[in-house]
Amino acid sequence: MEKIIDHSPLLNLLWARQDAKGFISDQDIHDIAEHMDLSFIEVEGVCTFYHFFHRRPAGKFIVYLNNSILSDFSGYAAVRKALETATGAPWNGVDRKGLFGLFDTSCIGLSDQEPAALINFRPFVKLTPEKVQQLVNALRNGVPVDQLADHIENPVRYVPPDGKAVVFREMVPGRALQKLTQMTPEEVIAEVKSSNLRGMGGAFFPVGEKWELCRKQPKTPRYVVCNADEGEPGTFKDRVLMTKLPELLIEGMILGGYAIGANQGIIYLRAEYRYLLPRLEGALDRYRQMGWLGKDIPARKHFDFDIRIQLGAGAYVCGEETALLDSLMGKRGEPWPKVYFPVERGYLGLPTIVNNVESFATAARVIELGAEAFRRLGTPGSPGTRLLSVAGDCSYPGVYEIEWGMSVGELLDLTGAQDPLYLQISGPSGIGISAADRHRRFSFEDLRCGGSVMIFNHKRDLLKILVNFTEFFKEESCGVCTPCRAGNFILSRKLELLSRGLGRGADLEEIRQWGNLMTTASRCGLGKGASNALINAMDKFPVYFQKLVHSKGREKGFDLDSALGDYREAVGIK
Amino acid sequence: MKEKVVSFTIDGKKYQAPEGQSLIKAAEGNGISIPSLCYYEHIDPPLGTCRVCMVKSDGRSFAACTLKVREGMSVEFNTPELNDARKAMVEMLFAEGNHFCPACEKSGDCDLQGLGYRLGVTISRFPHLFLDRVIDYRPKRIVVDHNRCILCRRCVEEVKAEGQYPVFSFLNRGSGTVVQIDYEQEAKLSDNEAMRAMHLCPVGAILVRGKSRPRPRGERKYDLQDAGGDVEQAPIKHSVSVGKNKKVIATTSLAGCFGCHMSLLDIDEELVEIIELVEFNKSPLTDIKTFSKRCDVGIIEGGCCNDENVEVLRAFRANCDVLVAIGECAIWGGLPAMRNVVSLEECLNEAYGHATSDVEEGKVIPHHEDLPELLDRIYGCNEVVEIDYYIPGCPPDASHLWKVLKNIILGTGYSVIKSEFKYD
Repeated sequence: MEKIIDHSPLLNLLWARQDAKGFISDQDIHDIAEHMDLSFIEVEGVCTFYHFFHRRPAGKFIVYLNNSILSDFSGYAAVRKALETATGAPWNGVDRKGLFGLFDTSCIGLSDQEPAALINFRPFVKLTPEKVQQLVNALRNGVPVDQLADHIENPVRYVPPDGKAVVFREMVPGRALQKLTQMTPEEVIAEVKSSNLRGMGGAFFPVGEKWELCRKQPKTPRYVVCNADEGEPGTFKDRVLMTKLPELLIEGMILGGYAIGANQGIIYLRAEYRYLLPRLEGALDRYRQMGWLGKDIPARKHFDFDIRIQLGAGAYVCGEETALLDSLMGKRGEPWPKVYFPVERGYLGLPTIVNNVESFATAARVIELGAEAFRRLGTPGSPGTRLLSVAGDCSYPGVYEIEWGMSVGELLDLTGAQDPLYLQISGPSGIGISAADRHRRFSFEDLRCGGSVMIFNHKRDLLKILVNFTEFFKEESCGVCTPCRAGNFILSRKLELLSRGLGRGADLEEIRQWGNLMTTASRCGLGKGASNALINAMDKFPVYFQKLVHSKGREKGFDLDSALGDYREAVGIK
Repeated sequence: MKEKVVSFTIDGKKYQAPEGQSLIKAAEGNGISIPSLCYYEHIDPPLGTCRVCMVKSDGRSFAACTLKVREGMSVEFNTPELNDARKAMVEMLFAEGNHFCPACEKSGDCDLQGLGYRLGVTISRFPHLFLDRVIDYRPKRIVVDHNRCILCRRCVEEVKAEGQYPVFSFLNRGSGTVVQIDYEQEAKLSDNEAMRAMHLCPVGAILVRGKSRPRPRGERKYDLQDAGGDVEQAPIKHSVSVGKNKKVIATTSLAGCFGCHMSLLDIDEELVEIIELVEFNKSPLTDIKTFSKRCDVGIIEGGCCNDENVEVLRAFRANCDVLVAIGECAIWGGLPAMRNVVSLEECLNEAYGHATSDVEEGKVIPHHEDLPELLDRIYGCNEVVEIDYYIPGCPPDASHLWKVLKNIILGTGYSVIKSEFKYD
């Protein structure tokens, strides 16, 4: 039996140093290692895994510009250039005075308001070169970041008619929790099971079943973990949910805790949503004051439960539940080989349920409204509703609460999509479909959407989208297994060849084979899904890909002039 | 507690092993060796990092090291798809790192190389990444050569200094992930512990100063292992039509050292036979400079380092039916590709800038219209033209060369034994 390594305080210790002076020095690492009785390299290993921890001074104002494809299509390049010009800092570097640091980051959950950036973890949206110039000037003049930060809109564009909304309906704090005084934990589980609610994180595992499996574990204590690490590019519905209805999430976690017999809940909040902390902490405090958190929570059986928030530090892979658990324990967020499930051995090696924000929120509604009412909505395989983050080439980006079973066509019409060509469902790790597939339905049975719909119109360059996705996985792979770490890098080289017009038909076939290999051999879902979008697009748009390649007999696409460029420059040949 | 024995099948055959045993171990106990690199028996949970030991069970693929045997389990192992997937993982590791076997202390004792031999890897199907990686000389006893590290994680889990402090850890994330050594903890290791770290490393990434003298050729781990056994070989696709006429062969040495041509001459008395069977056209052996007729076979030594190499290679492709790349340089760049991890400008400055002091105006990088122009890096031949067959080695073994040639020319069947199949 393996020893459980618990370095839980480590992330917060690193955050304290990062926040205090904008980077984490060797001395900091040394101090932390000594404090926690670890070796230097263990602390450095954790520190360098998360891209919001810097090992070199990163500026008084640290700017993270989202480099997702939606940001790219909304003017990323111009905003980046404006940032460089206005601050005098190079990209991935700091200006001479150490005032501004400019960095890329993966999607920050503001796809409905791109291009978006975080400056000292405050949000700035719909950036333009002009706005950047004004911002930088204001910051130079000493205006506090808080004062400049944008007020984030959280549009819910659609809820099912006739009172069928599940999540975005009237919220009366405590209404779901009052049921606890009449229900045993087993009854809560039975109710959730009977609703057929499936996890909203993407794996679609039945929520009630997960809770039951956890409750049956002999070991205690048990833990409730909320996955608020919404990192899949294009997804932002949990941001909207946590902003508008943090109470619903908290109630869902309390129900989960009661159901499995846990006393401790943890919300793992991605650092990109750090600005939501006060709001969430405030909501937690209100629940404590109301007596719904803490000791002796009113329930049919004795129940103590509290919730704390752990801030992540920038790593998409921590959205994978086992990586998230390692991160909670102050480690590198590396997914585990599938030997045990978290319900058996989770946080600290103890039984743990990990559900995402929307799953907990929906579970609270299931208890509030009753499983039967819930089951009447949606499709047999996926009852209820689903929150979709819709962004891209449409008139009304925002969150759509759809009843499961809605068709792609219906959604497209609601969003005011202009001339759509291609939809990426569930983010880069999901699948791409043609906008012509209007008949397909969002459901467990057909399109298992993980919560993001990105709409691309006919003017968008498909290859550019796919290159962006591959670069994303190359950055965000945890780096542990060969096919994901090296495979994404190799695929990105291959796509570069296509982008330069040097690809051949055989290259397309190789991309397909290599992508399949990554799916077969990768250790976790990230690697297995990393080539999905690429292979999918090749299936959907074969004519487009054929036009990208050439046939030059038995010669490969080798660009001699380009290969001679460096030499000619070095010796001054024009 | 007595171990419960369970029955399971591999490729339809029934075997027995203790319940819950790792499939790798269980297969080994039944005489089946599942290739793997990161697997190290007492590390639990298993590392599952290299992904070489892929098998299938219930239609899903798993790393065998992470599967535990249970009653009635059915495993697929020896199928064309899985054999190819395992080979691909080994090839991917070769492409990811900078593995210059002829220049490696661990050559012959390296598990990655050994698997390459076993699985018949002649070339990586993947483009080499050529990343600039460091050789870390800062530790007291150990030298860490990151060019060779395959990130298997054995050292991270297994090497602990006094007080159970880890000596190695992964740093960074994504394609930038590396294994880093802790200088303070490393200094606490005893000689024996340092040696153990070196032996734990499946490749040549962890070396101990002064202790990593290579064993002589012929006595190394993979020289001795199954030295007489066959290497799995892909069939030659583009066989030349077998007929009475003398076959025409052309050869060239591009960015190579002519060592492969020397090995060609090592065919010794069989050369006499060759002369009966073939005539040589463009080749340094005949000193014929340009193709004077269509050739059946073109033999290429060396990769492409300048525009002339590219031109010659393209001419070979245009004038030969079958192209055979011989030696590491032709296959993927080989030793000259050591420069691929630094920029050409840096290479030229090092060679001509800092080194020449007697030139008044500082650095003079040779260039003249009669001189070939250098490429930004060394390219393997198959990055420029299609290659039909690869014979690895530095240089390739003479009998391997001869067997392949005879196959192409005469259509005779052949098999290569392990001692004829080398990367160094």
